[in-house]
Amino acid sequence: MSNLAIRCEGLSKRYRIGASLERYKALRDVITDAAAAPFRRLRGASRNGSGNHTHVANTQAIVDNGYIWALDDVSFEIKPGEVVGIIGRNGAGKSTLLKILSRITKPTSGRASVYGRVGSLLEVGTGFHPELTGRENIFLNGAILGMRRSEINRKFDEIVAFAEVEKFIDTPVKHYSSGMYMRLAFGVAAHMETEVLIVDEVLAIGDAQFQKKCFQRMSEIGRHGRTILFVSHNMSAVRTICEQALIVDHGRLLARGEVNQTIDQYLAQVNPQSEEENVETPTFRVSSVQVTSETGPVIKTFDPVQIKVKFIPKIDIADPGMFVSILTVESRRLAGLDFKDFTRAAPVEAGQTCELGFTIESLPLLPGTYRLELHLKNSRDMVELVPHLYEFEVAETQVYGGRKLDHWFGKVGLKANAWIGD
Amino acid sequence: MSTESSPLLSVAHIEPSTRWPSLGLNEVWDYRELLYFLTWRDIKVRYKQTVLGAIWAIIQPLFMMVVFSLFFGRLAGVPSDGVPYPVFTFCALLPWQLFAHALTESSNSLVGNRNLITKVYFPRLVVPISAVLGGTVDFAISFVILLALMFLYGIVPAWQVVAVPGLVLLAVTTALAVGLWLAALNVKYRDVRYTINFLVQFWLFATPVAYPSSIVPAKWRVLYGLNPMVGVVDGFRWALLGKPESPGLPLLVSLIVVLLLLVGGLYYFRRLEQEFADIV
Repeated sequence: MSNLAIRCEGLSKRYRIGASLERYKALRDVITDAAAAPFRRLRGASRNGSGNHTHVANTQAIVDNGYIWALDDVSFEIKPGEVVGIIGRNGAGKSTLLKILSRITKPTSGRASVYGRVGSLLEVGTGFHPELTGRENIFLNGAILGMRRSEINRKFDEIVAFAEVEKFIDTPVKHYSSGMYMRLAFGVAAHMETEVLIVDEVLAIGDAQFQKKCFQRMSEIGRHGRTILFVSHNMSAVRTICEQALIVDHGRLLARGEVNQTIDQYLAQVNPQSEEENVETPTFRVSSVQVTSETGPVIKTFDPVQIKVKFIPKIDIADPGMFVSILTVESRRLAGLDFKDFTRAAPVEAGQTCELGFTIESLPLLPGTYRLELHLKNSRDMVELVPHLYEFEVAETQVYGGRKLDHWFGKVGLKANAWIGD
Repeated sequence: MSTESSPLLSVAHIEPSTRWPSLGLNEVWDYRELLYFLTWRDIKVRYKQTVLGAIWAIIQPLFMMVVFSLFFGRLAGVPSDGVPYPVFTFCALLPWQLFAHALTESSNSLVGNRNLITKVYFPRLVVPISAVLGGTVDFAISFVILLALMFLYGIVPAWQVVAVPGLVLLAVTTALAVGLWLAALNVKYRDVRYTINFLVQFWLFATPVAYPSSIVPAKWRVLYGLNPMVGVVDGFRWALLGKPESPGLPLLVSLIVVLLLLVGGLYYFRRLEQEFADIV
């Protein structure tokens, strides 16, 4: 038996920018995509020609003559039984890496070997058909994931019990609640008996209870000596499940090591976040956005925090202003701050750098990834959305004394005290 | 908990695209259960939430038979090799519908299953193959109608009827051979989707469904014979109705053309397959 589970040597993947754009569009709407097909080439060409990189800034990958290196010379080895978390910003190349290792897409150069059967779970419920019953979907989905019928038969009761759908197993899944649907879909994948399991961000969907359940199942699988590669934005999930972590950034492997150490290193690097690339709106160029803690390199719950935005208007602005929103990674709006509610800034001329900011006395966010959405004001009532979400991370700390907080505690930290009646 | 893996570990080597990939047919065989489930899904889902259900499988060829009998048989007086025209045309409509359905479905199969292709690995050949197989159930249902129709007209098939399964296989293989090309092209150029309907309609008139192949002038026969569906349809009439007397030559030409198309299609598909997930 080999003493390796996965070996990657110089793995690289290049995408054409036009191609990645069209796919993004197509995901939203297959029909409009089909209608636009004849024009796609044209559009891609003109974008590349203009050298406008605003959309590329979102994917944060290396741009090279109309190509993006989503993955650039990545090499590592993973031994059987290791549970490894892959962390990095959006578009850093994590998913591309998983897709290559799952054999969904081919690398542009380099090679990889995966020893043993691979189960990959890049999405919950791939291939589920709404018209088919729960029972039928278990078999269909199992076959799609590469399970043998005998294996599914053996695991059937366990899957149904995990999903808690015993009563509805012969009902078409279109009548299921979304919770039932997701439990069933995850259940099938979570009962694969493969040597290597590749999981992408599946815990990001669903309610807290669902996440907890998946979470437990993942830890259980990990304890049984199987190799797991796990991508997640949920740092506490990675810390709990994984022993090791890989950091991927701009398509490159930055670090690898013990999970807590590696995550701390990652957080220190991501915060304060500053984007080198300029993001443009019709009348502004945003040159940097920073979120920093005033107490250290890492942002922690209840820290005093500063948000600093630097931008250059293309026209004279009499009354510059901005609106900053904090969103969850699922883009749910948590809070907002409007500059004009606090003070007025001096007029700025075209081409001059303007810096505006907020200080937050105590950041009421629990550990996790958040996003900053920015609107800039170009005249009395006109505001422009900056087409980029700036991510920042609130590091894992012991918010209320002793223990780590999980999803049961939500997103918001409450400065509270408990008391006992007389 | 004793779910230990077998000592023989399979190793997957992941390498960049190659110009001449192997056909990987043994891998398709390994995934035969998936092939079965995808085919089964297509059949199962097709007539769900329809009032008439599987009756749709016979309505289409039956309706076309009535229209053809009326316009070609009655009004235009198209000859039918001495066989009652409804039986003559229905006998050809069955393999034709099987072929047309299989061709359309397989051509659109990759695009229709994009959610699978971008999220899970399996040999992509399974997708168009299962799409082609999905039409055979409809064929079986309308075949019963054909037998009833023949009984009604007092036609009893001779020994050649044993050739029917082989001819069904040939029709399905023809659809797959062309479907592989179109499915792969469809991923890259969505224009293909719009040409398929047109292609199928055109092909219908290039095939002796509404008329006997005997009315095609001799000098065009060779060119005509390159259409593999000519051999299939003539073969069907020969197997069930005994007319034309012998489909030997067109059938042989069909066989060769299909084989060439199939091998070419397989290679083309396998080559493009390597980038399906990136562009679908």
